[in-house]
Amino acid sequence: MSSISLSEERTAAAKPKTKVIQPAWVRVVHWINAVAIVLMIMSGWQIYNASPLFNFTFSSSITLGGWLGGGIMWHLAAMWLLVINGLVYLTLGIVTGRFRRKLLPISAKGVLDDTKAALTGQLSHADLSTYNQVQKLLYTGIIGVGILIVLSGLAIWKPVQLQYLTALFGGYDTARYVHFFMMAAIVGFLVIHVALALIVPKSLRAMIIGR
Amino acid sequence: MIRKIRSLIIPGVDKDLLVKDATKLMPDLSRRRFIASGASFGALTLLTGCDVSDSLSAENLLTHMSKFNDMVQARIFNPNTLAPTYSEKDIKRPFPFNAFYAEDDAPNVDGKEWKLEVSGLVQDKKSWTLDELHKLPEVSQITRHICVEGWSAIGSWQGTPLRDFLKLVGADTNAKWVHFRCAEDYTSSLDMPTAMHAQTQMTFKFDNQLLPRAYGFPMKIRVPTKLGFKNPKYVVAMEVTNDYKGGYWEDQGYNDFSGS
Repeated sequence: MSSISLSEERTAAAKPKTKVIQPAWVRVVHWINAVAIVLMIMSGWQIYNASPLFNFTFSSSITLGGWLGGGIMWHLAAMWLLVINGLVYLTLGIVTGRFRRKLLPISAKGVLDDTKAALTGQLSHADLSTYNQVQKLLYTGIIGVGILIVLSGLAIWKPVQLQYLTALFGGYDTARYVHFFMMAAIVGFLVIHVALALIVPKSLRAMIIGR
Repeated sequence: MIRKIRSLIIPGVDKDLLVKDATKLMPDLSRRRFIASGASFGALTLLTGCDVSDSLSAENLLTHMSKFNDMVQARIFNPNTLAPTYSEKDIKRPFPFNAFYAEDDAPNVDGKEWKLEVSGLVQDKKSWTLDELHKLPEVSQITRHICVEGWSAIGSWQGTPLRDFLKLVGADTNAKWVHFRCAEDYTSSLDMPTAMHAQTQMTFKFDNQLLPRAYGFPMKIRVPTKLGFKNPKYVVAMEVTNDYKGGYWEDQGYNDFSGS
């Protein structure tokens, strides 16, 4: 993946007219995150099935690991990928000023106006390098959800060593619910995110080749 | 064992036959479960485009990661950090029975016949009767039992600190492991730092009553800094050792340290 993105960068540099929408580092961390989050969700469903919080379980066709022990193995292996990649993303997002440039400012009015425009089919996709207010809200929100799912996961994994963190989530049992609902929020985000990427395919292209 | 298998992989050898042979070599449940869960690895292949359909190499990677996680957890483990304690009213009643068998199949140990066998790197290898053990100083704890499955329940356990017993029998506390064997041949290993933790207890009572059969009569090891499966019940033998001897669930793939 990295060799592809490097050669793409060189091509982009040779033709300065084509605007890079997604820099290489964003594309790399995005796709690593995509793999990590899918592994985490599927193995997490396997773990959930061992002691369901609600009156349903996930079909074994969409879980990872084959049994509880396998699910835990996948979950606690993929967590490193998710967390290290996530930290790289947050660091670069802050250091390069991408978060400030792309995600701010967000206003309630802006979000409402852009939601209306989107629902009436009047939202422009001409300039993919600028996010509309709904995108800004969703992308900022999902970063917060990402931080919360990792913290609640740590609270469940280490309720003795990190007992203050666990207490912050209202105790072990509540932390499990927080962890579950953050997963649900990510799955909800994914449905919208993937659907919109398919409706506006050039956004998907930008996340693969940069332009 | 995994290394053995690797050295067996020769180009041109039929992989399926190889896996079959390997399974015969290692008749433990985990391997069969891993091979049976091949469909899941297939799903991963679709996602990443990488060839991880070879379940042996995927298992290998996951096993290495699990060992890495053991090391990380051993470092995170602070011997002075106590598990949170709770009050009487928080105790779950009835406290859930949990094992890999039904409650009716739980060992029915005769307390008069029973003896705790103590072996390995200890000075005094004498076996202990239940009466002798009941005379040891008693401490009490109300802590949260957390199952590997995810559920938790607060219980009340009384017994003697394992570290005091280890000192009493002259155990080499520089050894790596304390290995437990149970009446139904359940086994589990505790790392020495956890065995020496202040709250790790040789338990003889639940909720101030003689330990009932369901909760591990005559003796359970209560470890509030570990997941439930590292809290063996119906214990009959304790061995201090430098050799890693695994355990019933550990051998099947549950993370060995499994610390809370």
